[in-house]
Amino acid sequence: MEKLARAHVLICGGTGCSSSGSKVIIPALREKLQAKGMEGEIKIVETGCHGLCEMGPLVIVYPEGVFYIRVQPTDVDEIVETHLIKGRVVERLLYREPATLETVPDYDDIAFYKKQKRYALINCGHINPESIEEYIGADGYEGLAKALSMNPEEVIEEIKSSGLRGRGGGGFPTGLKWQFTRSASGDKKYVICNADEGDPGAFMDRSILEGDPHRVLEGMAICGYAVGADEGYIYCRAEYPLAIKRLRGAIAQAEEAGLLGEGILGSGFNFTLHIKEGAGAFVCGEETALMASIEGRRGMPRPRPPFPANSGLWGKPTNINNVETFANVPSIMRDGAGYFASQGTETSKGTKVFALTGKINNTGLAEVPMGITMREIIYDIGGGIPDGKKFKAVQIGGPSGGCLPEQLLDLAIDYESLAKAGAMMGSGGLVVMDETTCMVDVARYFLNFTQDESCGKCTPCREGTKRMLEILNRICDGNGREDDIPLLESLSRSIKAGSLCALGQTAPNPVLSTLNFFRGEYEAHIKDHKCPAGACTALIGYKINEKCRGCGLCKKVCPVDAISGEIKAMHVIDELVCIKCGACQAKCPFKAIDKG
Amino acid sequence: MAIKSLDDLRKIKERARQSTAARHENETQVIVGMGTCGIAAGARTVMTAILDEISRRGLRNVSVLQTGCIGMCQREPLVDIVRPGEPRVTYGNVKPEDVPRIINEHLVNGRILTDMVVAKI
Repeated sequence: MEKLARAHVLICGGTGCSSSGSKVIIPALREKLQAKGMEGEIKIVETGCHGLCEMGPLVIVYPEGVFYIRVQPTDVDEIVETHLIKGRVVERLLYREPATLETVPDYDDIAFYKKQKRYALINCGHINPESIEEYIGADGYEGLAKALSMNPEEVIEEIKSSGLRGRGGGGFPTGLKWQFTRSASGDKKYVICNADEGDPGAFMDRSILEGDPHRVLEGMAICGYAVGADEGYIYCRAEYPLAIKRLRGAIAQAEEAGLLGEGILGSGFNFTLHIKEGAGAFVCGEETALMASIEGRRGMPRPRPPFPANSGLWGKPTNINNVETFANVPSIMRDGAGYFASQGTETSKGTKVFALTGKINNTGLAEVPMGITMREIIYDIGGGIPDGKKFKAVQIGGPSGGCLPEQLLDLAIDYESLAKAGAMMGSGGLVVMDETTCMVDVARYFLNFTQDESCGKCTPCREGTKRMLEILNRICDGNGREDDIPLLESLSRSIKAGSLCALGQTAPNPVLSTLNFFRGEYEAHIKDHKCPAGACTALIGYKINEKCRGCGLCKKVCPVDAISGEIKAMHVIDELVCIKCGACQAKCPFKAIDKG
Repeated sequence: MAIKSLDDLRKIKERARQSTAARHENETQVIVGMGTCGIAAGARTVMTAILDEISRRGLRNVSVLQTGCIGMCQREPLVDIVRPGEPRVTYGNVKPEDVPRIINEHLVNGRILTDMVVAKI
């Protein structure tokens, strides 16, 4: 008989917490519990991502639900002695709200979690992702069982009435997509899960695959039943080794349990799943390039139509959805479409997972109802901007998206409102920027990314992004020309019009949206040779002012010996030698060095 | 483990729910005093006995918690029983051999053991 575990210690084993050191906590804790003879009464569970990656490694102790942050192996003794033996909370390891600095012991009371509505992420961080029993214990595979008791058309109707739209970026209605594949003629059909998450700063798909892999398998099986497919592929980039490992384990468990394979749950429905590891090319997130890659060909997009629903993988009707889309399906099936459809806005139903990165206190993942404002996400959930800096803009939708400036912080977010503002939902990656970020430099960063990732098939994308990047480089270097802005705009139009796939069609967006909201910054670079944010090193310089007392500290710290001067006399910076690293300014005790 | 029907699925769900029951605080609770005084008086062995007894009876939805010193150190080990909607009852000088009686009479059947009670909160 298994002994009752009075307490469960959940340790986050997601990629974020693993890289901040959670892997070494588990053996340390196990050893300590053994030494105390408590291994039978305390259960250690390695979970997936909790979303608050900034504060990792995260450890949660149940039944109390106490939330410990940045736990190190040296903290294990105190957690065992004080909390697990004596039942007292270890105060110093508790989370503090960035705004008030007050400690919050209870998981559920933390502001980061309070405003969230977890639907796709409901199990992430709460169950052991490597245990099919724990997934079943959390109502897992009941959605599939219910789907199998209905006919496929009814399943598609349910998904349609939920209002679920593609979470990978396109926002196409999922139920309608399923119907197209179902109506397509052919005996052999496929289901593909697009797990080729590539936007810089987006990691929701990885976290779902790592934290709740069975949910994605169940969603795919339901889809297979609805569209009439008996085989599926998960296309996941090889840079996600933990996700792939958990997926392989989950597929093996589901096959053994008879939840994948032949005659699922005693029905006549067969469904098998394969994993295809991708090499991480950004363009392979585009559906036709993705299928080419599965077929063993070079990952390049092709013109549509024909759409995958009619002619997809190996020319067969194929339904492709993104990880987060599939993760929403099991609960919609199990509980009916009602709850999902009751969340969100008129055109965008349900919840969306956003990845918070950049200049924000709580870096991590947050799932919120559609229609929430950016202000709530950044300030209430994200905890605001660190170091008392001022918010400048938020980039949404990755390299295909755009920037939202401060005046749009109160925009209710959904697919339509973002498109209207010149951005896009994309996969939901948010990069927050403060007053020290140069918007020309941001546009350059994204152009550099798309230019690098362009597959080269369409000339406007291949050559046009290169020319745009050259122009942005020279603007940042202080060599911008008078007509560079109209030239950028004209190139943008050509690239958008002349590219086959979304990579090229959206590549100019970061430039266009920064031009739209921050045109003055471009002009300052070009006309005044100034970078208003003080970020472009070619356009800034350091000068020593009359507050200098001649202490010599700046001279010592300068890595290139650009500073000269006698002790107790004013020092001087040689601008020709200076590399603008800012080390002198940081070191000066008298605020005698100006940047400008 | 082959799952052939919804019934099979539900059976596994029931089993899985038991193994994760400790991940929320239940309304039915056993609370052991784990201050220095409690530990010195043998609260650890009482706690182990409680866990054994709960496992042996296959009781579900019971949280076993600890608390600090309440000031009545001479009566340690102290064990509190909380049942939903009933007052919290404290037993004093609890020995491991008393545990089965407390669990059976009070926790399961709601009959307070008047000979051992020290307080009602």
